[in-house]
Amino acid sequence: MNTESKPATGSRPLSPVIIVGSFLLLLAFLFLIGQGLRRAYAGPIAIGQKVPAFELTTFEGEVIRTTDWQGKVIVVNFWASWCKPCEQEATDLERAWQHYREGREVLFLGVDYVDTEPEARAFIEKFGLTYPNGPDLRTKISQMFRIQGVPETYIIDRAGRLAFVKKGPTSFNEMTGVIDRLLAQAP
Amino acid sequence: MSGKVLRVFPSPLTVVLGIVLSLVLVGIVAGWASAQQPTPSDDEVNAIAKTMYCPVCENVPLDVCPTQACAQWRELIRQKLAEGWTEQQIKDYFVAQYGDRVLGEPPRRGLHWLVYVLPPLSFLVGVLILVNVFRNMRRPKEIAMSPGAAIQAAPSGDDPYVQQLEEELRRRERGD
Repeated sequence: MNTESKPATGSRPLSPVIIVGSFLLLLAFLFLIGQGLRRAYAGPIAIGQKVPAFELTTFEGEVIRTTDWQGKVIVVNFWASWCKPCEQEATDLERAWQHYREGREVLFLGVDYVDTEPEARAFIEKFGLTYPNGPDLRTKISQMFRIQGVPETYIIDRAGRLAFVKKGPTSFNEMTGVIDRLLAQAP
Repeated sequence: MSGKVLRVFPSPLTVVLGIVLSLVLVGIVAGWASAQQPTPSDDEVNAIAKTMYCPVCENVPLDVCPTQACAQWRELIRQKLAEGWTEQQIKDYFVAQYGDRVLGEPPRRGLHWLVYVLPPLSFLVGVLILVNVFRNMRRPKEIAMSPGAAIQAAPSGDDPYVQQLEEELRRRERGD
């Protein structure tokens, strides 16, 4: 026997589908915001940290993978044709490259940041750069290093760890000082 | 009849020479025509540039950005337009070179779809919740105002307690 009568309030609860859907939507949104914030606040690669592998396609179409240069010292220089301080260091970079190229123990990579190809090629020709240079396609490499501008130079040791960072124009003596020290370390 | 043959058709050599000459003439005319193609104006360049952003100067549209990098980009747009590229082709080229962030509007693919789907979806869910809340707010009033509401709210005649109560009342009336 039914001993209770239901009060006629007229309230209709929300459909469970709407409630679950709303929560899922909210969770997905929070996840995306979290991912964005994590990426935004992730710091640059610190000295001593392993540098993730990357590849550079040169203006000549040659693909250079850092994985093929394991056990060697890698110099990564970010530059652009519209960057005046980059002109200041360009001849020093080429000189340093010429200094080490015979030994094949050091790789120089010129990463052209947010530039137009004709101007970039003109820059390479003007300063007679012979080490591999290529555009930073989709700004992937610069985002990986989280560069703040150009020029910036990163030197990776034989173990693939970041050994040196220079924000601003570098010089022949500064580079050779670091590279010689890294070359002296056991592979 | 004499042995002379009247030549009505040109010789093969003449035909070949004629074709070569025609091709050369067509080439010259085409070259002249392309040379006459006007250089795209600043307005045409800026129409595309205003929908793009250079990663170096964040939040400044490409058409008004004063840096040398942006000036080079605008020149590149002009060059591509002069080569006959469409706006979409130019944008695709810039995206391939510098990434999606050069676009003023996120591209309609991959996770970027969420930007277009989430706001209207959230709005729809909000409307549904509001409709539900308003409906719940109105219902008790409707019940109170409707003539059948009192009958519905009263205990049903099928209720055994009511039947028992009515039976008891009738007995008392009879004086049992």
